[in-house]
Amino acid sequence: MDLSFTAEQEALREAFASLFAHTAGTDVVRAAEPLGFDEKVWDQLVRTGAPAMAVPEGLGGGGAGFVDLIVVAQELGKRLAPAPLVEAVVATNLIAEAAPGGPLLQGLVDQDRVATLALQPVASGTARLVPAGAVAEVLIALDGDELVAFERPAGARPHVPSPPNLGASPIADWSLDGPDLQRTVLAGGAEARRLHHRARAEWQLLMAAALDGLRSAALDIGVEYVKSRWAFGVPIGWFQAIQHRLADVATAGEGAQLLLYEAAWARDTGGADADRLAAMAFLYQSELAQLTTRESLQFHGGYGYTLEYDIQLYFRRAKAWPLALGDPARLACELARDLFAPES
Amino acid sequence: MDFTITDELADVRDEAVRWVAEHVDPEWADIQHRSGDYHTPELHQLLARDGWLGAGWPAEYGGRDRSPAQAAAIHQEIAALGIHEDGWSTTDMVCKTLLHVGTEEQKQRYISKALAGETVIVLGYTEPDSGSDVAAAKCRAERDGEDWVIHGQKMFTSTAHMATHVFLLTRTDFEAPKHAGLTLFMVPLDAPGVEIQPTHTVGGQRTNTTFYSEVRVPDDARIGEPGHGWDVMGVALVYERGGGGAGRTGPSLTDRVAGWCRGQITPEGTSLFDDPTVQQRLARIAIESEVARLLGLRVGWVAGQGGMPGVEGSMAKLYGSEAKQRHYSAMQDILGAEAVLTHGSPGAPLAGEVDTAFRYAIVGTIYGGTSEIQREIVAQRRLGLPRSRPKS
Ligand SMILES: Cc1cc2nc3c(=O)[nH]c(=O)nc-3n(C[C@H](O)[C@H](O)[C@H](O)COP(=O)(O)OP(=O)(O)OC[C@H]3O[C@@H](n4cnc5c(N)ncnc54)[C@H](O)[C@@H]3O)c2cc1C
Repeated sequence: MDLSFTAEQEALREAFASLFAHTAGTDVVRAAEPLGFDEKVWDQLVRTGAPAMAVPEGLGGGGAGFVDLIVVAQELGKRLAPAPLVEAVVATNLIAEAAPGGPLLQGLVDQDRVATLALQPVASGTARLVPAGAVAEVLIALDGDELVAFERPAGARPHVPSPPNLGASPIADWSLDGPDLQRTVLAGGAEARRLHHRARAEWQLLMAAALDGLRSAALDIGVEYVKSRWAFGVPIGWFQAIQHRLADVATAGEGAQLLLYEAAWARDTGGADADRLAAMAFLYQSELAQLTTRESLQFHGGYGYTLEYDIQLYFRRAKAWPLALGDPARLACELARDLFAPES
Repeated sequence: MDFTITDELADVRDEAVRWVAEHVDPEWADIQHRSGDYHTPELHQLLARDGWLGAGWPAEYGGRDRSPAQAAAIHQEIAALGIHEDGWSTTDMVCKTLLHVGTEEQKQRYISKALAGETVIVLGYTEPDSGSDVAAAKCRAERDGEDWVIHGQKMFTSTAHMATHVFLLTRTDFEAPKHAGLTLFMVPLDAPGVEIQPTHTVGGQRTNTTFYSEVRVPDDARIGEPGHGWDVMGVALVYERGGGGAGRTGPSLTDRVAGWCRGQITPEGTSLFDDPTVQQRLARIAIESEVARLLGLRVGWVAGQGGMPGVEGSMAKLYGSEAKQRHYSAMQDILGAEAVLTHGSPGAPLAGEVDTAFRYAIVGTIYGGTSEIQREIVAQRRLGLPRSRPKS
């Protein structure tokens, strides 16, 4: 076991921590609401090549691995950066595998187009509440038996209205029979399902990383608050009711982070249990991000409920982000069937 | 980043399995379970005879030319059979402490006999009025000429009824501040004035209440300087907090519960495993078990990097022991009404193993520093929150 990052990964973390610190302060996060997209932040990310960073170098990407990717996603999560990097990376990886030589990939590698993925199969011609759907030019969806890329016409970023939502995320429906959408089949049958399943697992992994960043930042906010707020003549962090609950989320949080790292490492090394570990990391990080932001908010007292304090930004997203995948209990059942399959 | 677990004992495992197969009677697990004695003298003697207790110890104190890795693998095999070696683990811990703080004469005397299996040493820290607050001990030791006279009571002196010595925490100075008046002694359990009474537990383990009535020991039974007992305890504590190692793996209890569910047909004619409420609970147990495993492995990794994994050890202990209680409780629910049938009871699902684990898990959050004490450590040392105890 080795829990250290390489010097390059440390440098990557520092670079993105500083990029997000400069471009995505909480003022920017607030200003980007309700859409949840900031063109400048996205532009900066595109300049670093982040959306295509895991595409093989031969195809014009950065050739990065998943441990590298989660480092970036953690930093994004810490700042709640209003940019759909998780979805873009997953969709771009998928296109790089399914259509490596095509213009679709070129458009994503060379330009600032946003690609995303419908996490659920399409029903009655509509991809419902697609994450980043309001700002994406390209959508990959499992449509019946086919994995299809839908492209909006070239031009200005769409900014389709996004329905008001808890996480202030640019989610939107895509009506897939619209006349202006260009439809390209990427794969069919079992291959289509395999690719979609894999992309969904990658999304779980990167979302787990973003949630890990969100969680750890929310813990820090809570800890700072309880050190500086006084009641009954002591800082409220003196009270054990508060100490112990923060200790519990800190402990489980560090464990969740180890699980995230293990899942990323398994993906990079082609581990047979990479999908399972991604689901485990996603489920656990979702739960802990919600619990940690709740505890942090609770210890802010009435101020936690006001829009003025940052903790509410974290609290809302901790619930909203993972819900893009639907009821987590369904994923848990899927995971159990997979983990405890009878030996064949 | 690398999560490959290298089994450092791989080379010696076969040999360990062979030694255990030849010398260890698997019945001993059942005997321990029935009697509540988590120490099997016969096994202890065999380990001593073949040099496994002395593996890795300096020859001048009775160490034997045996590979410590081989010894570790043997202890793991024994544990995997469900046989406890509580007598050895406390003896080992005290001897390691002696190596640091004992006089040359004490090392010669106590360590060599312990490694030869002639002595078994247990821990006498906890008292009726002090457990977590161990430094509040009131058991009194008074100087009387060349001797010390000890008077008091200890709680939970586990294995004392099968041991030869107790490593006893006493107060030698009632005027000094709490932590400055403590002294440790090695007290023979057959000394006049020592009385041992059994205390039985929900998990079946027998522990003891021990009484010390004007027990006389010579000054050379004193470990460390008078009044420096707290520092001596600090040395011992370092050895108490081990991290989880790679160990030996087999199907987990969760795997077996899942397998049991597959075989159960519900009144609706479906397998119990297909019940989504069962699947959700199994998924949660699997996730949290993996988290507990990783937190345990991290302790070893930090130590291997030359760090002092204090907070990491607390986190692993806190999370792991609390998770186990939740997990066995959930497994009991899944097994249903029959889950209450104990080990040996006819019709007990999985031979009552879940019930046994459920009972034993209770104590995990209590001894070795309660969960509340671990949370205090995490809150203060990891999160930098203020010390919340009253001054004493
Ligand atoms: C099976 C078994 C075997 C044992 N073996 C040994 C042995 O061999 N030798 C030995 O010396 N001892 C032994 N012990 C004793 C064990 O170490 C103590 O039980 C433990 O330290 C707790 O002390 P206590 O039982 O006095 O509980 P207390 O310290 O009285 O604790 C009661 C409750 O108060 C809480 N509490 C205490 N302090 C704080 C605090 N600062 N903040 C918040 N909550 C607090 C505790 O967490 C606990 O929930 C054994 C115990 C058991 C059950």
